[in-house]
Amino acid sequence: MIEVDNIHKSFGDTHILKGISSIFEKGKTNLIIGQSGSGKTVFLKCLLGLFTPDEGTISYDGKIYAKLSASEQRDLRQEMGMVFQGSALFDSMTVEGNVMFPLGMFTKQSKSEMQDRVDFVLKRVNLVDAHHKFPSEISGGMQKRVAIARAIVMNPKYLFCDEPNSGLDPKTAILIDNLIHEITQEYDITTVINTHDMNSVMEIGEKIIFLKNGLKEWEGSNKEIFKTENEAVTDFVYSSELFKKVRQMYIEERN
Amino acid sequence: MNYLASIGSYFIMIREVFKKPTKWSVMRTLILKEIDELVYGSMGIIIFISFFIGGVVAIQTALNITNPLIPRNLIGFATRQSVILEFAPTFTSIIMAGKVGSYITSSIGTMRVTEQIDALEIMGVNSLNYLVFPKIIAMLFYPFVIAIAMYVGIFGGWTAGVFGGFSSSADFVEGLQLDFIPFHVTYSFVKSIVFALLIATIPSFHGYYMKGGALEVGKASTTAFVWTSVVIIIVNYILTQLLLG
Repeated sequence: MIEVDNIHKSFGDTHILKGISSIFEKGKTNLIIGQSGSGKTVFLKCLLGLFTPDEGTISYDGKIYAKLSASEQRDLRQEMGMVFQGSALFDSMTVEGNVMFPLGMFTKQSKSEMQDRVDFVLKRVNLVDAHHKFPSEISGGMQKRVAIARAIVMNPKYLFCDEPNSGLDPKTAILIDNLIHEITQEYDITTVINTHDMNSVMEIGEKIIFLKNGLKEWEGSNKEIFKTENEAVTDFVYSSELFKKVRQMYIEERN
Repeated sequence: MNYLASIGSYFIMIREVFKKPTKWSVMRTLILKEIDELVYGSMGIIIFISFFIGGVVAIQTALNITNPLIPRNLIGFATRQSVILEFAPTFTSIIMAGKVGSYITSSIGTMRVTEQIDALEIMGVNSLNYLVFPKIIAMLFYPFVIAIAMYVGIFGGWTAGVFGGFSSSADFVEGLQLDFIPFHVTYSFVKSIVFALLIATIPSFHGYYMKGGALEVGKASTTAFVWTSVVIIIVNYILTQLLLG
């Protein structure tokens, strides 16, 4: 579980995060949504420890990040997995090399143990024939799967995803969403996803935080987002005609 | 003020490079890979350039000896002095600042742009140690490249002098041996070690701290080359004054 308490972050005179508090529960897919410039990426980078909040605290299962020593922070980071928007796979390594990288770096496992673990996670993300391919030789969807495999290979407690299905076709995007959701439940991970994708919100948003101008505007689940009367949320989530009709149908059905 | 801030950041980066070392089994592989990329991979261009530079120095010296009282062994002497003192360590380093430096900046810069450095940091890896330290160690082999550049440069001078009809082989070799000061080779190697550290670290700095996209990677590579060359020239002056002055 990750607890965020009143965090603020500024860059120069620009106040990006203006006091955000929330709780991200274990075994749930937590989504952060909001318009571009609302502070989502800065918020996620604060959760990852890449940015230090100017005020407020972030605690991971009761451990306040800012109060940990440098080595404890490093140990905690090894319990985090991250899926980047652009996958961020190491170009010079094969798929297998990318997934094996954290194992080689931080464990004392033998080569065969590492190989078994890599085979297992690649199979888990439905990638069986790409071990020896380089990132440039595989599709965007496959790159995302490799990134997920790399993120979960160390059995992380916390999984962070920055727009995991951007640039993917709708079918692949749903597959990736479902994969993240399944892995979250299967391994009881605290997952935080930064997304613009409304399909993700509807499909896997067990908890959703809507940010606006650096503030938490709304919080709820994918079921509650249908009912909300918060204008900022409805303007953002139901900005397309299709979603407006879906919402209308839902309300009519409910009445 | 910006320049001062950059110089400060550069030295902070150097300090970070030596903190929290990467696991030795991983680092060993990285060092061998960098030796292959940065040192072994540069041998072809270094040999090619050194051979012709040595040849040109010999021809230019020969063509400028108009006084019959000046002995022909001056061609070998001038070639040796020029190649050992300046052409091999300094000129080669400027070439390496372009070839190796732009490779280092663009490879690290691309990793920055594509968030691969962020990925390393999130995993708990000291990305500066992982990326820059193996390059520094690999470049410690740079004096071997300079030694080869010296040898090939002098051989190029001998080839041009003898086969161009400017000098006999005996005169050239006599000139090579004339008033030889072994410390000049030491001076050259000292310079080459310092230049190696500059070639490894200045482009790394420009790549690591770059901001923007693909276009900025190209700009950072150019900036890195310019600054590495400028610093090499200035440090060359200082070292020459300190060691030979």
